[in-house]
Amino acid sequence: MRICNACRYCEGFCAVFPAMELRRTFVSADLKYLANLCHDCRDCYYACQYAPPHEFSLNFPKSLAELRLETYREFAWPKAMQRLFPYNGLTVLLTTLLSVIGMVAGVYLLKGASVLFSAHVGENAFYRIVPYAFIILTFSAVAVFISAVLLVGVRCLWLEMGAKTKEWFDLRSHVRTLGDVVRLRYLGGGGYGCNYPNDRFSMLRRWFHQMMLFGFLLCLVSTAIAATYEHLFHWHAPYPFTSWPVLTGTLGGLALLIGAGGSFILKLRMDKTPAGPSQGMDLGFILLLFTTSLTGLLLLALRDTSAMGLLLSIHMGLVLALFLTLPYGKFLHSFYRYAALLLKNIQESRSDSGNRTREERGQGDAGQDSQN
Amino acid sequence: MLKGWLRRGAGDGAVDFSQGFDVLVIGGGNAGLCAALTAREAGCKVLLLESAPKDFRGGNSRHTRNIRYVHERGNDHLTGPYEEEEFWNDLVAVTGGQTDEHLARLTIRHSRNLGGWMQAHGCRFQPAMRGTLQLARTNAFFLGGGKALINAYYRVAQGCAIGVVYGAEVLDLEIKSGRFSEALIAAHNFSGRVRAKSVVLASGGFQANLEWLKQYWGPSADHFLIRGTPYAKGRMLRVLLDKGALPVGDPRQCHAVAIDARAPKFDGGIVTRLDSIPFGIVVNRDAARFYDEGEDLWPRRYAIWGRLVAQQPEQIAYSIIDSKSLGLFLPSVFPPLEAPSIRELAVKLGLNAGALETTVDEFNRSVRVGTFDTNRLDDCRTEGLALQKTHWARPLDTPPFYGYPLRPGITFTYQGVAINEKAQVIMKDGVAASNIFAAGEIMSGNILGRGYMAGFGMTIGTVFGRIAGKEAASYVIDDPRGS
Repeated sequence: MRICNACRYCEGFCAVFPAMELRRTFVSADLKYLANLCHDCRDCYYACQYAPPHEFSLNFPKSLAELRLETYREFAWPKAMQRLFPYNGLTVLLTTLLSVIGMVAGVYLLKGASVLFSAHVGENAFYRIVPYAFIILTFSAVAVFISAVLLVGVRCLWLEMGAKTKEWFDLRSHVRTLGDVVRLRYLGGGGYGCNYPNDRFSMLRRWFHQMMLFGFLLCLVSTAIAATYEHLFHWHAPYPFTSWPVLTGTLGGLALLIGAGGSFILKLRMDKTPAGPSQGMDLGFILLLFTTSLTGLLLLALRDTSAMGLLLSIHMGLVLALFLTLPYGKFLHSFYRYAALLLKNIQESRSDSGNRTREERGQGDAGQDSQN
Repeated sequence: MLKGWLRRGAGDGAVDFSQGFDVLVIGGGNAGLCAALTAREAGCKVLLLESAPKDFRGGNSRHTRNIRYVHERGNDHLTGPYEEEEFWNDLVAVTGGQTDEHLARLTIRHSRNLGGWMQAHGCRFQPAMRGTLQLARTNAFFLGGGKALINAYYRVAQGCAIGVVYGAEVLDLEIKSGRFSEALIAAHNFSGRVRAKSVVLASGGFQANLEWLKQYWGPSADHFLIRGTPYAKGRMLRVLLDKGALPVGDPRQCHAVAIDARAPKFDGGIVTRLDSIPFGIVVNRDAARFYDEGEDLWPRRYAIWGRLVAQQPEQIAYSIIDSKSLGLFLPSVFPPLEAPSIRELAVKLGLNAGALETTVDEFNRSVRVGTFDTNRLDDCRTEGLALQKTHWARPLDTPPFYGYPLRPGITFTYQGVAINEKAQVIMKDGVAASNIFAAGEIMSGNILGRGYMAGFGMTIGTVFGRIAGKEAASYVIDDPRGS
C-alpha cells in the first residue's frame, strides 16, 4: 500500500487508487473499504513495475483479494459460520449434495417412486411432487434468514469502513452507483476491458459477469411474477411457455448458463499469480449457479416426460443450496462491492463540492514533475 | 490436452536464428520497440533481442510515466497546446544550451502528435487530471505507467510477427569499414552468430555498469544506487566505441536525483524518490549543510541533488524536517526515522548529536519567517548564515522530528554515440555508418548535454526509434548488394 501510494502510476485504472491517494496512512477501515472497491481487473498487476519477481514483490490484486475474503469471513453471522470460510468450496459442495439428496430422498420416501419417476401434467403438477406448504415455508424461512444475514453483514462493513448509518440514505449516490454496476464500469478499462484471464485486455469477463447478474435478476423477477400469479390471481404453476414467468425465467436461465459457463472457463484459464485464495469459493458459486439454471431449463424442456419428478426435486435442492450458501460465499461480493462503490460516490460528490481532492491532486502533480 | 488449451496463447513464437534478418534490433525498451514496429510495418523481417528476462523487459522505459510531444491543441489527455518554439525554449533552459540544435529541433519537430502513433500501437493515455497540473499540458501520461506501455508494444510486436527473444545478450558486433554484418549472441536456447542486413542499437546507457561508472567517479560510485534496470550494462555502447564510433557527451553527466538511501541497489524506480528536501535542511555525514535547499521550485531542482550528494563525503546526506512539513510532500516508500528531539534523531541517523544540534540551532536562529507558500518562491529565508536557505525556510522546532537518509540515484548516463539525422551512427572519421542505427539512451547525449526535463527521454526514444526503424528498413529495401 505504501509502495502504491508513493508510485501512483495506476491512478487512472479504477476507483481504488484515487481513493487511496486521499490517505497518507492506512488503518484497517481503509483497507476493508479499498479491498471491497477492487474489482480484481488486474490491470494494475500487469502494469506494476514492482510486481514479482521484483524484490518488492508487490501483488496488489492478490493482497486485496485476501483482505476482501477476510471481510466476508469477519462479517459472517452467526459467528460459527466464520470457521467454514477456509473450506468454502467444500462447504458449498456438501451443502449442495445434502440439499439435493435430501430433496430427492424426501420425495421418494414421502411420495414414493411412482411420483418421482413419472410425468405430471396439468394444474398444480409441481405440488404433487413437492408439496406447496413445504415450498412456501422453507423458502420463506430461508429468504428471511439470508436477508437478515446480508443486512447484518452489509451494516457491519458499512460501519467498519468508517461510514455513518445516515449516509446510506443518499439517493443520488445510489443512482450513480447503480449506474456503475449496470455498466460494470470498473471492468471496462476505458473501453479496452481488463487483463483477464491473462495479460491481454479483454471484454469477455465483463460480458459474462453481466450475463450472470442480469440472468440472476431475471430469474428473481420470474419467481416474483410467479408468486404474484399464485397468490393474487390463484393461477397455479406450471405456467405455459408463453407466460411471463416462463419467458423471463428462460431468458434468465440461458443468460446464467452462458455467463456462469463462460466465467468458469475463464477462471480455469486465468493467470493464477494475481489471484486471491478464494478459488474454491468462486468456482463453487459459479458451478452452483450453472447447475441450477441448467436443471431449471431441463425441467422446462422435459416437464411433460417421466424425468419431470426427479428433475424438479434436483432443481429444488439446488435452489435451496444456492440460497442457503448465498450469505457465506462469493455472492457477498455483490453487496459488499455495492456498499464500497456507494461510499466512494458519496465521498466523491462531497469532495466535488469542497476541493479536498483538488488539493491532494495538486500535491501529486508536483511529484509527477520529476518522473522519468 | 486440456492443459495445453488452457495455456493457449501464453507462449512466445520460436525464432529460427539460422536464417538472416532484415533488421536486427538490440534492446527491447521503448526505442527498440518503436524501431522494430516501424521496420516491420515497412515490410522487413525483424528480430528484437532483449537482454532482460520477460518479467523485466523494457529497460528503463518500464519505470517511466509520460512523454512530452508537440501538439497544436489539447485533447482528452492533454490540457492545451504545446508548440515547437516553446518546447525548444524549455530544452535550452534545462540544458543551458548544451544540445545539438539541429538534432534537438529535429526531435521536437518529429514529436508532433506522436500520441496518435502511440495509440495506434496499443498505448493508452490517462485522461488529463483536474487541478492545476503544469505537466498535463505538455506531457501525456501513460495509463498504468511505462510498463503498461511496453506491454502494449510487445503485444503488437508479437501480433505482427516480429521475432522477440528475452534473456538474449549480444556479446559482439561484426563491423567492417563502417558496415555491420552479424552479431554474436548468447541466449538461453541459442549461442552463436546472427546475420542481419542492418542493426538498430537501442540498448541504453551504461548506468548499471558500476565498474564503468568508477572509471569516471572513482570509488564513490560504489555508493550510487541505480534507479532503473540492472540490465543497462552498456555493452553495445562499449563495442561501438571500441569499433570506431564517435563518442558524444560528457561521461560524468547523467540524470541523478537524491533518493532514499534504503532503496534497493537497482530497480527501486519512482517510489524511492524523496521530495522532502525544500521543506527542511539537508546535512552531510558531518552534520553540516552544503547547499541552499530552497534555491528554486523543487521541480526545477530535484535533478541536481543526486550530483550534490555524490560530491559529499561517503556520498551520503540526510534530509531533516519537523512535523510541520511531513504532510506537504508526496509520501515515499520508506517511512522517515522519527525522534522527539534533534539529539535523538541524530543518534538514530548515526550523526554526531552535538554537531547536528549546533547546525539546527544556527539555522533556526537565522530564519526570517514570511508567508510560507510552496507554490512560488516565497519570502521565508535565512539571514546571516554562510550558506543561506533562500526560500521556504522555517525553524525546525515542532517535534517529532524526521530524517531521511539520501544517496545519489542514477537514472541514466548521457555518454553515447554520435548520430546523424537518419539515426545512423557516426564513426570517428566523420562518416556515417550505412547500416548501423542508434536510438534511445545510447544516443540521447546528442541532445541532452546536461540537465533533464520530464518525459523528454521518451520523446527522444520514440522519435529516434521510429527514424531508426524507417531508415534501417529503407536501407534494406534500397541496398542493391543485399547481404
